Amino acid sequence: MRATVAAILRKEFLVELRTLESVPGMSLFAVSTFVVFHFALNQTSVSGAEAAGILWVTLLFAAILGVNRLFVADAEQGGFDGFLLAPVDRTALLAAKALALLGYLLAFELVAVPAFALLLLQPSLGGALPDLLAPIVLADIGVAAIGTLVAAMVVRTRARDLLGPLLTLPLLVPIVIGAARASAPLLAATHAGGSSGRWLGLLALYDLVFGLIAWAVFDFLLED
Amino acid sequence: MLYGRGLRTLSVLTAATWAVALGLVFFYAPLEAEQGFLQKIFYVHVPLAIVSLCGFVLGGLFAIAHLRTRESRWDMRSYVAIHMSLILGVGVLITGSIWAKGSWGHWWVWDEPTLVSYLIVFLLYATYQPLRFSIEDPERRARYASVFAVTAGAFVPMNFLAVRLSSAYLHPRVLGGTSNLPGSMALTFGVSLVAVGLLFATLCKYEMTAKHARGQLRALRRRRTDELQRAGRFGF
Repeated sequence: MRATVAAILRKEFLVELRTLESVPGMSLFAVSTFVVFHFALNQTSVSGAEAAGILWVTLLFAAILGVNRLFVADAEQGGFDGFLLAPVDRTALLAAKALALLGYLLAFELVAVPAFALLLLQPSLGGALPDLLAPIVLADIGVAAIGTLVAAMVVRTRARDLLGPLLTLPLLVPIVIGAARASAPLLAATHAGGSSGRWLGLLALYDLVFGLIAWAVFDFLLED
Repeated sequence: MLYGRGLRTLSVLTAATWAVALGLVFFYAPLEAEQGFLQKIFYVHVPLAIVSLCGFVLGGLFAIAHLRTRESRWDMRSYVAIHMSLILGVGVLITGSIWAKGSWGHWWVWDEPTLVSYLIVFLLYATYQPLRFSIEDPERRARYASVFAVTAGAFVPMNFLAVRLSSAYLHPRVLGGTSNLPGSMALTFGVSLVAVGLLFATLCKYEMTAKHARGQLRALRRRRTDELQRAGRFGF
């Protein structure tokens, strides 16, 4: 199982390195969205809850771009058939794809979060950065689990570009709640201290529940 | 014709319960001290919400049965439960809006966590049918729809927890539980709940009967076409 996951993961990252389809696109989208927010809000800087809202809406919308592309190559170029012919556990595909998506998310946030601090955030990010890491990682795990499940669900439907975001957005609302509430005090002008453990707990619980659900139902999506 | 059996009795029973429930709501239940007449919308709004949420979760349970047994009737039950819950859901959002307008003067209020959670759940389930109808192969459509129903069914309680945590308790719950209600209100609420539950069951039964009849009709028509073709081939 571990060897299979590692093999698929290596293939994913290799394909991404050669095609540069997901991470650069997501990063560019995030930076453009910050620019759009600057003009839409007509503000030169943001802080606190407003900043957390802008950051998380942008990160999640950019993540949806990655979710939409996750299985497209496999569905169109026979990757699914190849995988199903191999005598390996099918859950390995879920684990590998979710880890790949998690990798993409963390990689693009390396660009998007500093860009946000540079372009919009008024208090400097420096001191809050270590605290911000926990909500970002926890939210990314949840997005990776839900995103992989939804991507596998819609990739072979007629309207996948439409259905993917429509299905993902409501499922991500609890993640927005947890992540935005956890990071709002970190981005405040006065830097009101660390984020409350309640929101991190909510994110962790959500990750756990949807990780288990994805694990339980994923096999049924791969049967033909 | 197993599916149509008992449909008339069920319909009559539903209509009678509704008549009793509405009678109780308008003529028996006392006016609430603070909200007055407006509070009576709760006898429709809350049962609709409870029944439709149970319907969504029921759809998820039927979907589990479908994934385990692979029998298409479980998929049909799951579909019908979710479809009818969506229709009741429109009623929940409309009655909730009316109540918000009467209570706070706005058609929508964000500090009522139950209503906000309901909207999110509704938006998620609104993608159930587009997902279903964009998959052509019937076997795969049933399987994918079941996976969706299981995922969304688990999302319902998680979402309620998250939204409840996110909103401060600004307003007291009007109908938190039936335990703190005076007896006459609790009775009216109970009868309304039964009436809405019966309505849900009746509508589900109607839709399943219609689907079953359509399937039988299609099978008959196919057989008839086959017979005609065979007669044509051998007759001349």
